[in-house]
Amino acid sequence: MAGEAGNFDVALTKKPRYVNESICTGCTTCAEYCPVKYPDQFNQDISQNKAVHIYFAQAVPLVSYIDESCIYLKEKKCRICESVCKQKAIDFGQRAEKREVSVGAIILAPGLEPYDPKVRGDYGYGKMQNVVTSMDFERLACATGPYEGEILRASDKKHPHKIAWIQCVGSRAVTPGSNSYCSAVCCTYTQKQVIVTKEHDAGVECTIFHNDIRSYGKDFERFYERAANLPGVRFIRSYVSIGKEDPKTKNVSIRYATPDDGVKEEEFDMVVLSVGLAPPAGFKGLADKFGIELNSHGFCKTEPFNPMKTSRPGIFVSGGFQGPTDIPEAVFTASGASSQIGEFLNFRRDRLTTERKYPLERDVSGEAPKVGVYVCHCGTNIGKVVNVPSMVEYAMTLPNVVYAKEQLFSCATNSAKEIADLAREKGLNRVVIAACSPRTLEGLFRDTLREAGINQYYLEMANVREHCSWVHSKEKEEAIQKAKDLIRMSVARASRLEPLQEFDLPVNKAALVIGGGIAGMTCALSIANQGHHVHLVEKEADLGGTARRIHATLEGMDVQAYLRDLIRKVYQHQLIHVYTDATITDASGYVGNFATRVKCDRGLIEIKHGATVIAVGADIYQPTEYLYGKDDRVMTHLELDEQINKGDERVIDAESVVMIQCVGCRNEDRNYCSRVCCSESIKNALTLKKKNPAADVYILFRDIRTYGFKEDYYREASSKGVRFIRFEPQDPPLVEAVKDGGRSVLRVTVTDPILGKKLEIDADIIALAAAVVPTPGNTEISKLFKVSLGPDDFFKEAHVKLRPVEFGTEGVYLCGMAHYPKHMSETINQAYGAAGRALTLLSHDTVVASGSVCDVNEKQCMACGHCIKACTYGAIDWRQTRDGNKALVNPILCKGCGLCNSKCPTGAIQLRHFTDDALTSQIDAAVPDEEKVIEQAYAAVGAV
Amino acid sequence: MMCTGRVDLEFVLRAFSNGMDGVFIVGCRLNECNYVTQGNYHALNMALLSRRLLEHIGLNPVRLSIDFMSAGEGIRFAEVNNDFVKKVKELGPLGEGEGIDKEELKTKLAGIRKLVPYIKLEKNDKLGVPLRNREEYDSYFTLEEIDSLVRDAVSYYIIPDKCQACMICARRCPAQSIISGKNQIHVIEQEKCIRCGTCLEVCPARFNAVTKLSGEPVPPPIPEERRTLVRKA
Repeated sequence: MAGEAGNFDVALTKKPRYVNESICTGCTTCAEYCPVKYPDQFNQDISQNKAVHIYFAQAVPLVSYIDESCIYLKEKKCRICESVCKQKAIDFGQRAEKREVSVGAIILAPGLEPYDPKVRGDYGYGKMQNVVTSMDFERLACATGPYEGEILRASDKKHPHKIAWIQCVGSRAVTPGSNSYCSAVCCTYTQKQVIVTKEHDAGVECTIFHNDIRSYGKDFERFYERAANLPGVRFIRSYVSIGKEDPKTKNVSIRYATPDDGVKEEEFDMVVLSVGLAPPAGFKGLADKFGIELNSHGFCKTEPFNPMKTSRPGIFVSGGFQGPTDIPEAVFTASGASSQIGEFLNFRRDRLTTERKYPLERDVSGEAPKVGVYVCHCGTNIGKVVNVPSMVEYAMTLPNVVYAKEQLFSCATNSAKEIADLAREKGLNRVVIAACSPRTLEGLFRDTLREAGINQYYLEMANVREHCSWVHSKEKEEAIQKAKDLIRMSVARASRLEPLQEFDLPVNKAALVIGGGIAGMTCALSIANQGHHVHLVEKEADLGGTARRIHATLEGMDVQAYLRDLIRKVYQHQLIHVYTDATITDASGYVGNFATRVKCDRGLIEIKHGATVIAVGADIYQPTEYLYGKDDRVMTHLELDEQINKGDERVIDAESVVMIQCVGCRNEDRNYCSRVCCSESIKNALTLKKKNPAADVYILFRDIRTYGFKEDYYREASSKGVRFIRFEPQDPPLVEAVKDGGRSVLRVTVTDPILGKKLEIDADIIALAAAVVPTPGNTEISKLFKVSLGPDDFFKEAHVKLRPVEFGTEGVYLCGMAHYPKHMSETINQAYGAAGRALTLLSHDTVVASGSVCDVNEKQCMACGHCIKACTYGAIDWRQTRDGNKALVNPILCKGCGLCNSKCPTGAIQLRHFTDDALTSQIDAAVPDEEKVIEQAYAAVGAV
Repeated sequence: MMCTGRVDLEFVLRAFSNGMDGVFIVGCRLNECNYVTQGNYHALNMALLSRRLLEHIGLNPVRLSIDFMSAGEGIRFAEVNNDFVKKVKELGPLGEGEGIDKEELKTKLAGIRKLVPYIKLEKNDKLGVPLRNREEYDSYFTLEEIDSLVRDAVSYYIIPDKCQACMICARRCPAQSIISGKNQIHVIEQEKCIRCGTCLEVCPARFNAVTKLSGEPVPPPIPEERRTLVRKA
C-alpha cells in the first residue's frame, strides 16, 4: 500500500479459485465426484471435506473453490470435476491475479483469531481426544457441523453425557503464552453453548468452572440466569487443572476446589476449553503494510476518544481488531467507520454511482393469466431426483399455463435472458420458476421479470430443490409427486397475483438528534459533516449529559477537555441547530418525513426531518441502601469522582475507603448489570491510591467485570494493594455508623465466602457503585416515535446483533446509554454507528416502499379496530368517512407481516401478494385430486 | 408467507375441508422474532384455538401441530415433521379415524368455517397475547368455552314490521348480506351474514328494526311478494 489519506494505491493478490465464479451456480456436483478427502478447515478439521467444495453453507459468493489438497494441482492427475461440471466452470488455467485499486480511505476489519491452547500445552488439548476448544464445540453443535449437529466425542463417536467448560483459557493471565486481558465474550458464549447442549439432549450434565461471570452486556444477566437455572447445570467458581485421561474410557478428570469441600477430582466425558480472542493472524505484517501502530496486546492502536481511528489518517478500524469485541459492537463499529469515511470523503460523494434502467412495464390488467413455467435441473441437484422433462409436461396440463420449459440452471445469466426473451415472445404475464428457495434467488428472478417488462410481483417460485429433491433423494417416487404438488400450487397462486408498484418517497435530508450528551453530539457532528442539517435537542440547559460528571476515564483521558472541545465543535458547526431546555411535545410522520414539535429555549417550534436519532442517555440510581442520604460520608461512585477532583480532604485524607458494587442492579427490580461500575470504582481506587498511598481501599464486589483491556487496571489495582472482597447477593454487606474509641466511623460487616467468616471494616468514606438506570422520559419518547422499550426500560433495538442501532420503526436510530449502560468509547463507537445508518437513509433522495403491503377495501371494513391493535408498526389508523370510521394503511409504515389480515373478520384488509385469495388458492391446489383442484380453485375466486 | 402470524383460521379449516389429514404450522423460535411483531405468538394462539374447534366437531386435535425452530435446525425440523406424520398416519384418514361420517364431517366443517369471522371477533382479545409458559397452552382455550361460543353464536334478524327500508344497514353491511331496495323491507341473507352486528349498530334508534338472537333459530325471511313497504299515512 502506498499513498496518503484521500489517495491510497493498494495492490491486491487474488488467489486462484480454479472455478469461474461468474458461471458456477453452486450446485456442488463437483464436490460429490471429487475423490480427495481432506480435513475440513471450516469444521475445525474434525470432519472431512473434498478438495473442491463450498467453504461453508452461508459463504458469499455461494460457489465452489479448489484448495491445495487437489491432486491435479499437486500431481497433474484427475480433473474429474472438470468433466462433471455442466456449466464448464472449472478452470485450472486460473493464476493468482494482481489487482491495483485506488481508494480514498481504508477500513481494516481483519477480525480476530481464537486463542490456540496448544501454545501453552496445558489442559491436554491436542493430547487428550476429548478435550476440545469452544470453537470445536461450536462446530460440533451446529447443524452444518462435522456430524450434522450431533455432539460426538472424538474417541468413540458417542454422545457425551457429562461436559465441563473451563473459562478464561488463554485470557486474564500474565503467564507466558497467555493474554493479560479479558476476552469479553467467553462467559456468554459458554452459557449459550450450555443452553444449546441442553436443547440437543436435556439429560447432559453441564459444569462450568469459572472465575468472575462477566455478563455485562444487554440482557446478558438474564441469559446467565437462564443457563444457570437449567436442571443439571452447575456453575463452580474455581481454578482448575486437568488431571488424567482414563486410558479405557478416554474420560478426562479435572481437579478443582470449593469452599465447602476443598479440593476435589471429578471425571467428565468431554472438556470444553473456553478459549479467548487473540489478534488476527499476521497482525504485525498487517500493521507494517498499512503503517499503523499496534497496542501492547497486538490489536490496533486507536485514538482514545475515537476507537475507529488508527494512528494513520485515512485508515480506520472496525470489529475485533479494535480489541475483544462482541457481534453487536462489531456491527456498529462497521457502520461507524463507514460514517467516518463518509465525512472524510464527502466531497467526492456520488461520483461513481450509476442508475439502472428497465424497459417500460407492459399493462396486462385486461389479459387472462398466461403463466410460463420454468423447471430447473440445477445441474443434477433437482434433475437426478425429479424427472424434469416430465415436470414440464405436467405443468403444461395445468390451468392458465401457456408455456413450460426446462433449464439446466435457471439462475445462470443466459437462462435469465432466455426467460425474459421467451416471456416477451410468448406474451407471458406470469412466471413460475420451479427451482430453489426464494430466499436466495427471488431478487434475481424479479429482476429478470422487470427486464422482460413484466411487473416483478408476477413472479412465483416453487421450491423443488430444498423442499423436495434435496430432502427426498432416497424416495424418488414421492419426490416426483411432491414436485408436481408444489408446481401446481405455485401455478394456482401465480394466476391470482396482482401487479404491485413499489413507490419512491421523498426524503427530508435533515436529522433530529434527541439528547445532547456525548452520544448525541458525536452522532450529530458525523451527520452534519456529511452535509446534512441536524437539529440537536437537549432537555437540560447545557450540552454534555452524564459525561459532565466524569473527570477522567479509567485509561486516564481527560473527559472534560474532550467534552469542551466537542461542545465547541457542535456550536460552531453551521449545519447543527441546538435547542436546549427542550421537551418534545408531539411527533408524527414516518421514515424520510417526520415532523416533531419541540418546546424549548426558542419557544414552541416544529422541526421537519427525515431521520431521528434517540440518544437520550441514562440516569444514575439514587440509592436507598447503606445509609445513603442519611450519612454524608456515604456517596455514589460518581460523587466520589467529583469529590476526589475537587480535592475534598475528607476523601483524599481518608484512612479507609470502602466501595460497594452492584447497588441498585443485578437484583429483582433491575435484573441487569450496569456494566461501567467495576471500572469506575477501580478508576477511583487507583486515583485515591495515587493521591494517598497509605489509604486502605476496599472494593466489595459480586463479580469484577473489567472486560477487555480494562482487566489490566484490575490487576494494577490489586498489585497496588486495593483489597477486593467478594460477597454473595443473599448476604450483602451491612453498614452502620458507630463510634469507636472516640472516632466516628462507618462499620462495614461483610462475609468473605472464601474465609467463610465475617469481616469488619471501619471506613471513613463509603462509595456506592450505583446502577445506571433508564431515564423516566423513555416511555414518553418510545410512544412518540413508536419504538419499543426492553424489559428494563432501555430502548430496544430492531435486532440485538444484526441491527443494533436501528429500530423496528424505519428511520429511527439509537445510540449511547439510551440503549444500555456503556463506556464512553463504546458510546462513541455506537454514535458513529447510528450516524452511519442514518446516512444510508439521508444520502438518498427517496426511499422505496415495498409493494407487498396491506390495503383496505373500505366497503368491507366494519371498523372493529382489530387490525389497528394487531399492528406493532402503527401503520394503520382510522379514516373518517361518510359511513363512519374505516381502517387506513400507511403503506410506508407497513412491513407486510399480515398479522392484521389474519385478525380481520371480514377480509377487508388484505396483505397484497399474500392475499387470502392467493394463499387459499394454493391450499386448494394442494389437494392431489386434480378434478377437485380445478373445481375448488375456480370456486375460490372472490370467495374469502 | 412472511410470518406465521399471517396464518388465518380459515386457512387451517379450509385445508381440513379439502380432506387434508393433518396441518403443520412451523415458524421462528418464540422470543426470537427478527422484527418487533412476535407474530409467532399470534400463530400459536390461533393454533390453540383451532385445535379446540377441531375437538368441538369431533376431530382429533393432534391433527393440527405448531412448532417453532430456526432455519439452522434442519435435523430437528425433519424429526418433528416425521414424528407428526407418523402420528397422523396412526390416526388414519380425517374423520375415519374418529368415526365420523364423511357427509357429517363436511357439514360440521362447513358450519365452523361459516363462523370464522364471528370467532375472530369474539376471541380477538385472546389471539394476540404472548403465552410465555407452556403450561398455559392447554388451558388457554377450553372446550367448554368453544362449545358455548358455537352454541350461543349470535344471529341478526330484521323485524319486517319495524323496517322502514332506509337502506342504511344494507349500505354499511361489510359482507353485503342484506337484500334491500327502495321501499323494500330489508332481509339479511343468513348464508352470507358474518354476524358482526353492524346492522344492529347502525339501524336508527327510532326504527329499532334489527334484533340480536343468541343460540336460537332465525325466523324464515319474509316472502319476496310481501316485502314492499306499505307506509302509513
